[in-house]
Amino acid sequence: MKRSLPLILAFLVGFVVILSEFIPHRPFNQIVSTLEQWFMIISGFAILLGQISLIRMNTHKIVNKLPDWQYYLAGLISFALMLIFGILWGMQETPGLLGSGEGISSWLGAKPFDYLFTNAYMPLSATLFSLLAFFIASAAYRAFIIRGLESNLLMITAVIVIIGRTSIGTMLTGWLPESMQFWHFPILADFIMEYPNSAAQRAILISAGLGIVGSSLRIILGIERSYLGGEK
Amino acid sequence: MKAGLLIFLIFISWGLYANSFTAMDSPWDDGKAIILNWKLSPMTRNVQIQRITDSENIVTVLNTTLPEGEFVDSALEVNHEHHYRLIAQFDEDTLSLETTATTREQWFYMRKLGFLILLVIVCIAIIYYIQSARRGKEFYIRRIAGLDSMEEAIGRATEKGRPILYVPGISDLDDIQTIASLTILSHLAERSAEYNTELIVPCRFSMVLSAAKEVVKEAYIKAGRPDAYKAENIFYLTDDQFGYVAGIDGIMLREKPAANFFMGSFYAESLILAETGFATGAIQTAGTAQAHQLPFFVVSCDYTLIGEELFAASAYLSKDPQQLGSLKGHDFGKLMVIILIIVGVILEIFGISVLKDFIAGASS
Repeated sequence: MKRSLPLILAFLVGFVVILSEFIPHRPFNQIVSTLEQWFMIISGFAILLGQISLIRMNTHKIVNKLPDWQYYLAGLISFALMLIFGILWGMQETPGLLGSGEGISSWLGAKPFDYLFTNAYMPLSATLFSLLAFFIASAAYRAFIIRGLESNLLMITAVIVIIGRTSIGTMLTGWLPESMQFWHFPILADFIMEYPNSAAQRAILISAGLGIVGSSLRIILGIERSYLGGEK
Repeated sequence: MKAGLLIFLIFISWGLYANSFTAMDSPWDDGKAIILNWKLSPMTRNVQIQRITDSENIVTVLNTTLPEGEFVDSALEVNHEHHYRLIAQFDEDTLSLETTATTREQWFYMRKLGFLILLVIVCIAIIYYIQSARRGKEFYIRRIAGLDSMEEAIGRATEKGRPILYVPGISDLDDIQTIASLTILSHLAERSAEYNTELIVPCRFSMVLSAAKEVVKEAYIKAGRPDAYKAENIFYLTDDQFGYVAGIDGIMLREKPAANFFMGSFYAESLILAETGFATGAIQTAGTAQAHQLPFFVVSCDYTLIGEELFAASAYLSKDPQQLGSLKGHDFGKLMVIILIIVGVILEIFGISVLKDFIAGASS
């Protein structure tokens, strides 16, 4: 029963959701949004599980003084600070237990939660995202090393697109006559992105779509059960 | 005499343009739309269409200068009569026309017929191949290097005495890629239990955490090593995208896993994860159906599961004939798509758009 019930539920829900995609009549057209609301409600309760896991894991490492325990302490303190500030004075327009904290807000220029969000969280998040620029450079360097025919083609294509997307591309081939406009770097770059690149991406998307159909069907029919934690 | 003739001609030409304003229920839909059509004299300066509600309130739904056209008024009450008024302004005159229509919800989206037919064909093919596999027929499935390397990755982690890091993507459990990722995690956890290698699974969402814990626990039990299961190794980090990435990067730099697996849905963080993993010298396998992230994974990882390979992974690893049979169904779907593309291109060359319109209707 422990295994059968989830399988029956998966079959019923999967089948009804597929039907609702093609039936605009009530109740089918409301089923997906209702299920999505159910999912949100369950997710809301599940957040508590996440918080418990977070506190338990960090506390375990701090109490046992495991290597780099200071980082986990910093994580827990940050979590507690945001939680306490949010509960006490709320965030944005929402008041907290102690109201909107006009006194502390006028001193900081914003509510404590919003102040930390804007001045601590946002810069940290932006810093991490900006690392992407350097990682792209290092990854591109490795990808463009010429080893064989494929990597050679990749490098030539990439160079055309990079030059075509910058002002230097316009400058380099701007002198070409009208009849040879196709070889103008920006036009060539657009062609590469619009045709070969789109074609390859669509091929991946179509095959992924078929994979999703097959995967969903295996789950709905109960052939694929490993997501429930075990096989048959 | 001339003036009289001119007035007569204007009168005749005016009469030729029989002003009309009609409303009809949008066919084959959820009964929330009405199609409005109007045809007025070319001398029309402005057209305003209003919806008159039951409480006699007037809602202007369209303002245009076009003397002829069609407009779909959507998000209406289902199975309800709706009243409309058209006010047309001419140079020195105003015309008012009224009409009504009742919205009706239907039992089938006709525009999705093409989609339904394709889906049914693919599903029948998959079920057919599954049944064939049940009857004992063996199918050839091409090798997927990324999945074959799983043993190598686990072996390397075992030799080095270092853990394996498994990242189940950054989407919640409502994404099929996350489900596919959890099915792969199940196989990986079983192997890591057999080899007694530590498995670390940081999760972004609580729902994924609960499912991942259950999957890994069952895999350890199945491998006969329930004692080796460490619940604290499957943990929640944060819901925040870059906070999650920072957490995983920290784990990679501190714990130095010998093998990293990035399976599921990834966005801007894919390269940050893969490059950090590359810097630590771990053997890396990634898999996603996000076409825009695939180039980053291909560059930075040793093996990459591209698109459908992610969804085929569980069937491939399980070696279950039924599941392998379903993969043949995918191949049939691909063959069908190839044929449809070729036929579609040929028809379009000859100016016949029937096939394109039939299939494109599903996405409109």
